[in-house]
Amino acid sequence: MNEHTRILVVGNGMVGHYFVQELVKRHPDLAAAKLEVTVLGEEPRPAYDRVHLSSFFSGSTAEDLSLVEPGFYDKPGLTLRLNARASSIDRIKHTVTLSDGTSLPYDKLVLATGSVPFVPGVIGRDRENCFVYRTIEDLEAMTAAGIQAKSGVVVGGGLLGLECAKALRDMGLDTHVVEFAPRLMAVQVDEAGGQVLRSKIESLGVHVHTSRNTTAIVDGATARHRMVFFDETWLETDMIVFSAGIRPRDELARESGLAIGARGGIAIDDFSRSSDHDIYAIGECASWNDEMFGLVAPGYDMARIACAHLFDDHSTTFQGADMSTKLKLMGVDVASVGDAHGKTHGCRSFHYLDELRQIYKKIVVSEDGKTLLGAVLIGNADEFGTLQQMALNAMPLPENPEFLILPASDGKEKPGLGVDALPDSAVLCSCNNVSKGAIGEAVAAGACSIGEIKACTKAGTACGGCVPLVTQVMKAEMRKHGMAVNNHLCEHFPYSRQELYHIVRVEQIRTFDELLAKHGKGLGCDICKPTAASVLASCWNDFILKKDLASLQDSNDYFLGNIQKDGSYSVVPRMPGGEVTPDGLIAIGNIAKKYGLYTKVTGGARVDMFGARVEQLPNIWEELIAAGFESGHAYGKSLRTVKSCVGSTWCRYGVDDSVGLAVELENRYKGLRAPHKIKFGVSGCTRECAEAQGKDVGVIATENGWNLYVCGNGGMKPRHAELLASDLSKEDLIRMIDRFLMFYIRTADRLQRTSTWRDNLEGGLDYLKDVVINDYLDLGAELEAQMQHVVDNYQDEWKTAVTDPEVRKRFRSFVNSMTGDTNIMFVKEREQMRPATPEEKQQAKTIPILALVE
Amino acid sequence: MNQLQQTATSPTAGNPPMSVPAEQAGTWQAVCSLEDIWPNTGVCALINGRQIAIFRMKSDVLYAIDNHDPHSGANVLSRGIVGDLGGEPVVASPIYKHHYQLRTGECVEDASTQLNTYPVQLRDGMVWVKTTA
Repeated sequence: MNEHTRILVVGNGMVGHYFVQELVKRHPDLAAAKLEVTVLGEEPRPAYDRVHLSSFFSGSTAEDLSLVEPGFYDKPGLTLRLNARASSIDRIKHTVTLSDGTSLPYDKLVLATGSVPFVPGVIGRDRENCFVYRTIEDLEAMTAAGIQAKSGVVVGGGLLGLECAKALRDMGLDTHVVEFAPRLMAVQVDEAGGQVLRSKIESLGVHVHTSRNTTAIVDGATARHRMVFFDETWLETDMIVFSAGIRPRDELARESGLAIGARGGIAIDDFSRSSDHDIYAIGECASWNDEMFGLVAPGYDMARIACAHLFDDHSTTFQGADMSTKLKLMGVDVASVGDAHGKTHGCRSFHYLDELRQIYKKIVVSEDGKTLLGAVLIGNADEFGTLQQMALNAMPLPENPEFLILPASDGKEKPGLGVDALPDSAVLCSCNNVSKGAIGEAVAAGACSIGEIKACTKAGTACGGCVPLVTQVMKAEMRKHGMAVNNHLCEHFPYSRQELYHIVRVEQIRTFDELLAKHGKGLGCDICKPTAASVLASCWNDFILKKDLASLQDSNDYFLGNIQKDGSYSVVPRMPGGEVTPDGLIAIGNIAKKYGLYTKVTGGARVDMFGARVEQLPNIWEELIAAGFESGHAYGKSLRTVKSCVGSTWCRYGVDDSVGLAVELENRYKGLRAPHKIKFGVSGCTRECAEAQGKDVGVIATENGWNLYVCGNGGMKPRHAELLASDLSKEDLIRMIDRFLMFYIRTADRLQRTSTWRDNLEGGLDYLKDVVINDYLDLGAELEAQMQHVVDNYQDEWKTAVTDPEVRKRFRSFVNSMTGDTNIMFVKEREQMRPATPEEKQQAKTIPILALVE
Repeated sequence: MNQLQQTATSPTAGNPPMSVPAEQAGTWQAVCSLEDIWPNTGVCALINGRQIAIFRMKSDVLYAIDNHDPHSGANVLSRGIVGDLGGEPVVASPIYKHHYQLRTGECVEDASTQLNTYPVQLRDGMVWVKTTA
């Protein structure tokens, strides 16, 4: 190699980017390693997650999908050129020419050009509103067209086609799938599985047409297009999306004379090298043994192998790929493992079909019945991880393999995989090539939640299909390390928060003393007491400063105010939806002035008053209550605010009354105590001025109702909320929020915001939808009733506190003196007061404190 | 409030402070009635200009330590949550959650920080604290 090795990577898709990451992993300082790396991407943006492209329709933005860490391509020695399309390779001169005429030299060339959607040669396929489904630009165009359209057709009933159909259905279109083959997902699924899948998908309102060959697309009579089929039947629709498979982008290679596979694709050897040994090909554009791989995991494999080989590391070779897949299509589990079609000579199979619940399961075993060869799972794919590992690692089958797929009966344990039997080399996450051994190492290094495992190993962060198995392995490893999967709250209770919640509910426990006596030991502490207080409040909603509850409350709840660094408190009256009358503002102004408080408008659209001493609080609140205000619970792990934009009442773009809904929601959920604080946002249109998608619960008005987003967060680790349900009526919206919040309260850990809770929720968003929307656990009515109890038992805590002389007596600095804490001192800054620094206190530069206690 | 101040200056009969042996330096003062401290909570007493946090634990066991939290610089310990760590009674500061042992005044997270502790007694329903001048 030259003094500087010039590596040119053509393609900045998932695999191309992964290759560069591998390169950087080997040589963090590319310049020092004398490497000059240039990456060409023809799209306007760097690599993004194409596997989760459909989440673009449920609110993910291009930024959310990005795979590139900020600054990644700014490293010395690394250049990324976007909107740059390679048009030819000169293998003799070792150059690549771009479509703008620029010529780039290379020593080693890596082709990661991916694939293009296959569009069948149908007459009229170039008509307007005919799309393919591959890039973010394609999706943007589809979204724009979807607004005008009433109906849509997806050509192709494979994996991508069905995902695309979901997107069309979510856009509210009358959706059809047209498939050439006699069944859906013909590659992964057998005849019987295809039947079950079809009836499941039809029951979701998508029309399925199989064995249909489209011959022409012409003008329609009732819609934009008419699709004419070979038998002269036809279907009319406003938009068409072609998703009939992919073809490798091998034209650069063909034109430069590289060897091509029998079915297309750049022919590669076991090191991912093309027929020209200075050129590698990786991902969907490559053909190994005349086979191409349309999944991301084999592409990553090739990228790793090519990168290793480039640096003379010949230890790994490409040996084909496990094409097992598991996915959820429109809420329907679909999985296939290994030899799903039973093509192996002499193999035997077991089938299970439940036509009532529409579940189909099949396993294919070897002739001698000792090893698992393949499987198909439709409707429920719980066993996927187990079956995949059994097949991959040729583990011995149990004596009666049928029990692997039969529903468990009479409480009998299903024969599991026994993760301990898995070898350390077993790859659990094939997308990111994470082995069981790597999970073990992560646990040994201290990771003990699925969130931490994801962060440090990347397992489960691509398709997510392996998360249940990875969780099982993590727990087994923790046990092995003597970490005894211990989610005990603290030394006083051998239970998790979730278990304590359950105990309190079932045994109707109403005090901490009773809980401690029955289920704990010792005196309790500052962990279990506030947790118990929160659980008791979520269940029964008693006044939190009752004599037997007051001692449990954390700093802020203890005096119904936010304790500040100097021991003073802040005062925040509720302003539902951010709405406040001029008289209300005047009252707040007068009170703040009278008590000499610092005032600031909060991020939650209300007014915060700082600097109140504990003995001032009851008087301040008495005056606020007289002016019509209530506690804003700014101090509680509870509902804070429902932020709203001004909505259709005033705004010329508004679609619905966001303020009205925000006021109603805030009044419904005020006082609800939860594992952590909860923030809402309601926007009156998709311009989203209330930033609802950064909230625990976000609601956005649509033409047809309200869209509900959940588990967003701003703060330390921003997270976009995810779409839980669309176009809800107000009544349904409130029912879904009731269920969502109560399910969160029931299952979250202490101090776990909805975003972290969601990240750690096994089964992810789909599971959450199953529980909240589809009522999979049959909990809906119970959760709604529990929420209604909380709502019905709401009281303004401050009103109760100031009217109860016993409680009011607690609000004083000293038990034996009426004076205040003289350590709380203020100085003036920008026309208001602020706490004095220790130096200022020394120099006695402080201003007098107003209106103590009368 | 009035009633309290009266009690503080005229201790009830029983064990008046005068009965404390003379060799123990300092003076006993009645601070409040037991009922003024809700079970499992603390209050702050102002004694000769000094802020002292008094805690009422299970079975009316009483402890008194400084109210000043050196880690935050605020006078707040009486407002902390009480409990035990490994059987040792503690209070958690409401500001940054440092734990202080009620018997010794030692900070659990930082043994170099030591608060003053004060003898405290329950006499005929009144809480008495002894301070040195």
